[in-house]
Amino acid sequence: MHRIIALLFLIILVLPASRSHADTTDDAYDELSASALAISPSSFDSVRQGVEQLAVSGDPRAAVVIGALHDGMLFARDDHLLFIQQPDGSYADARTGVPAKDVTDDDVKSVRVNNAVRSAIDAALGSLQLFAPDAPTRLQAASAVFTSHDPAALPALDKALAKETNPEVKRRMEQAKAAALLSAPDVSQADRLAAVATLRARGDQDSRSLLSALAGQTGPVADAASAAVVSIDHVLQIWSLAQSVYYGVSLGSVLLLAAAGLAITFGVMGVINMAHGEMVMIGAYVTFVVQQLMHAYLPSLYGISLLIAVPMAFLVSGGVGVVVERSLIRWLYGRPLETLLATWGLSLVLQQVVRSLFGANNQQVDTPGWMSGAYQLGGLTLTWNRMYIILFAFLVVAALMAALRYTPLGLRMRAVTQNRRMAAAMGIRTPWIDALTFGLGSGIAGIAGVALSQIDNVSPNLGQGYIIDSFMVVVFGGVGNLWGTTLGALTLGIVNKFLEPIAGAVLAKIVVLVLLILFVQRRPRGMFPLKGRAVEA
Amino acid sequence: MALDEPILSRRGLGRLGVAAATIAAVGVVKAATSPADAQATGGTIKVGILHSLSGTMAISETTLKDVMLMLIEQQNKKGGLLGKKLEAVVVDPASNWPLFAEKARQLISVDKVAATFGCWTSVSRKSVLPVFEELNGILFYPVQYEGQECSRNVFYTGAAPNQQAIPAVDYLMKENKVKRWVLAGTDYVYPRTTNQILEAYLKMKGVAPDDIMINYTPFGQSDWQNIVSSIKKFGSAGKKTAVVSTINGDANVPFYKELGNQGIKATDIPVVAFSVGEEELAGVDTKPLLGHLAAWNYFESVDTKENKAFIKEWKAFTKNPKRTTNDPMEAHYIGFNMWVKGVEKAGTTDPDAVIDALIGVSVPNLSGGYSALMPNHHITKPVLIGEIQPDGQFNIVSETPGLVVAQEWSPYVDDTKDLIGDWRAPLKCGAFNVKTGTCTAGKKA
Repeated sequence: MHRIIALLFLIILVLPASRSHADTTDDAYDELSASALAISPSSFDSVRQGVEQLAVSGDPRAAVVIGALHDGMLFARDDHLLFIQQPDGSYADARTGVPAKDVTDDDVKSVRVNNAVRSAIDAALGSLQLFAPDAPTRLQAASAVFTSHDPAALPALDKALAKETNPEVKRRMEQAKAAALLSAPDVSQADRLAAVATLRARGDQDSRSLLSALAGQTGPVADAASAAVVSIDHVLQIWSLAQSVYYGVSLGSVLLLAAAGLAITFGVMGVINMAHGEMVMIGAYVTFVVQQLMHAYLPSLYGISLLIAVPMAFLVSGGVGVVVERSLIRWLYGRPLETLLATWGLSLVLQQVVRSLFGANNQQVDTPGWMSGAYQLGGLTLTWNRMYIILFAFLVVAALMAALRYTPLGLRMRAVTQNRRMAAAMGIRTPWIDALTFGLGSGIAGIAGVALSQIDNVSPNLGQGYIIDSFMVVVFGGVGNLWGTTLGALTLGIVNKFLEPIAGAVLAKIVVLVLLILFVQRRPRGMFPLKGRAVEA
Repeated sequence: MALDEPILSRRGLGRLGVAAATIAAVGVVKAATSPADAQATGGTIKVGILHSLSGTMAISETTLKDVMLMLIEQQNKKGGLLGKKLEAVVVDPASNWPLFAEKARQLISVDKVAATFGCWTSVSRKSVLPVFEELNGILFYPVQYEGQECSRNVFYTGAAPNQQAIPAVDYLMKENKVKRWVLAGTDYVYPRTTNQILEAYLKMKGVAPDDIMINYTPFGQSDWQNIVSSIKKFGSAGKKTAVVSTINGDANVPFYKELGNQGIKATDIPVVAFSVGEEELAGVDTKPLLGHLAAWNYFESVDTKENKAFIKEWKAFTKNPKRTTNDPMEAHYIGFNMWVKGVEKAGTTDPDAVIDALIGVSVPNLSGGYSALMPNHHITKPVLIGEIQPDGQFNIVSETPGLVVAQEWSPYVDDTKDLIGDWRAPLKCGAFNVKTGTCTAGKKA
């Protein structure tokens, strides 16, 4: 019964259309829908074939249908008809675009895709969008064709190239053409050599990948390709050096953020605070809560939720810090061993409290759009989230230095840590200053948590991963010196990232630790030791 | 300790005591929430649950404790076992490997549990193994592992390498024509052994040594910039490249974030992971991960009646409609039902009788078939390959046609290629060398 209805439907639909490519197009549609209903690995193959046929059919609706498939909006009904889900949740017939009012969610099944189909979709959309009216779409299309380097796109590329006026898009299209030419059969040697030259000029890893596939063969084209690979490798090597420096600075900035708060609590106050990592963790959870609240009550401002989380994290972690100082630390000044044990116990308590409140699972903290992706600078890949974290780390340290140097609170902090009795004699309420100093250090740790929520797991264990590194940085840089902390963090980051490719991540960590121990043997007070009477106090 | 005493003041100890008491209090609250229906008539059968509820592994293991409590509650509603109620004994080994052994000893000799369900990491299993063998206990181990082990007292309900890793590699070779392989893992026993097996397997399949890159990272690695960019570089040699990831738990989130940020799409370099399930993805924005793969024996998205019922019960039990299910949970589901059947078959909870009765027991799994317990104490399983979807679920793209029998000793590693495990009489040996005809280890009279 279904079949007969389907046939009738088909005839009604196809008859008035009678396009020149009707045959292949209909096959493609049928293939898509039939395989959408069969769940077996082979059905993905036929979906892929359907997409490829649609792409070359010249059917005006091909781009719409493939686009819908790409977005997961293409559905099939038992009678092999395809429907596109509209933004409002209703369905429209895929062939005609006419709304199908009688179709409900229960009638249709989504057309599933896998990686092979996804590649075919990207390639198809690429060649279909080469003629898009806006330049960014065309640029994207050219890149998609470059990635797929499918010879089937060559005619479309030629046509698009003839019409293209934007020089940047044109360059991309020429590169895409070169890539497609190299994988096409029956291309003259001159054309292939020209294609190799184009790719050599592009000179990135993708071109290297295409060229090195050729380099193994024999003949003048292969020779040119091998030469090109060698020259690209030279260029890439220089870039990779710069890339390592960037990675090092980036790791250093993370270490710096994590250690900046400790530089206050441990460096300035001399409290061995093993619960420092948990202050970072609390900051990350504040970020999570802020995002959840904003998602529920202020969705319009969700994009800047991180900016709001920064002061909130500072206040919450700082508040916890003040409470901890008043209730625990202040009884233990001058007794490092007890402080160490008590704060370590505190760190376990804080972890368990968070675990009981939020559960042991990771919480999802979203990365806003302006922080995801990467910026390509020549051969350098600068990921946005890391870039912002580098900037943020330096801002935080600068603000911290300014606060210590130029605010009355900073003046009192320095006074109290340098000479407690004299400061007290001058009328400073030293216990209060102690609490605020500890609160400041903890608050900075909370801010670090906001940044770390972007690159690490937001889980109760977040802090543990950073506590050792933070102490390393503070000790290496010189206890009580923010400049030392900054330089120490960057040095450790860069040394680590240069060792990693040579020694592997595990060994690199060990080597850094050994180097650090040797260094501290030679200079027990770190790179920039404090001088003067404060040291003796 | 004696050295510390003069330095520690009474007051300091007091504070430490407060901290310790607080931790203990939290532990007690956790234990108190477990249902202890001890007042049932005719005594109870105790079931040990040995999963970390604190520390690094709590993220994965807490869920398994919950699923065991649910299964026990359900069994009690059905009337218990052998006319007695089941009673859960929950202990917290706190992600501390030696503590696992201590707690296991306590479960068997103090609490007298009939069977224990527990452990996640291989190192924790290795730590409790001698205890279970010495005291003749029964352990059900629910996590996919590296194989190369076959103890009389352990029932391995997770996948052996040939039930997860090898089919995944086969899939990539066939479907994506992958020629170059990155084996990336966390630096401990499971990834090292799995990669050793995979390397041997790939070489056997004709992959050149130059086309295999092996990389290890420490636990909890959070800075993946260098490694991801070296993977990208390795992938630009003109051959299709894939990453086989045995990266453990927590380190996965930053790894995938870095992949997304550096723009490595699944269509360029697919990553197939053996330790990433629905639970691990719960903390990640999965949109950039679209299409990366995972190989398991169960996915929450499996479309069967049994699975839908299980998910519904799980959500009702946890009172949280967002809780996900995952592969080790299914392993506990299968293992628990096998144990129940085994005890019923044996008519007693005596370990020797139950161990013998368990072999050959077959129970429904959640993917629409039956899993059987084989003489090598491993179970038969289907192998599923799924692609990550934007909603954090997996789209199943491949399924083995039948069930796969576990190879406890890898045939691709020279030392173990002649070994088999068979705990039926008359062989009763965990590592029998078929060439020499001798039992090399794990003989039990």
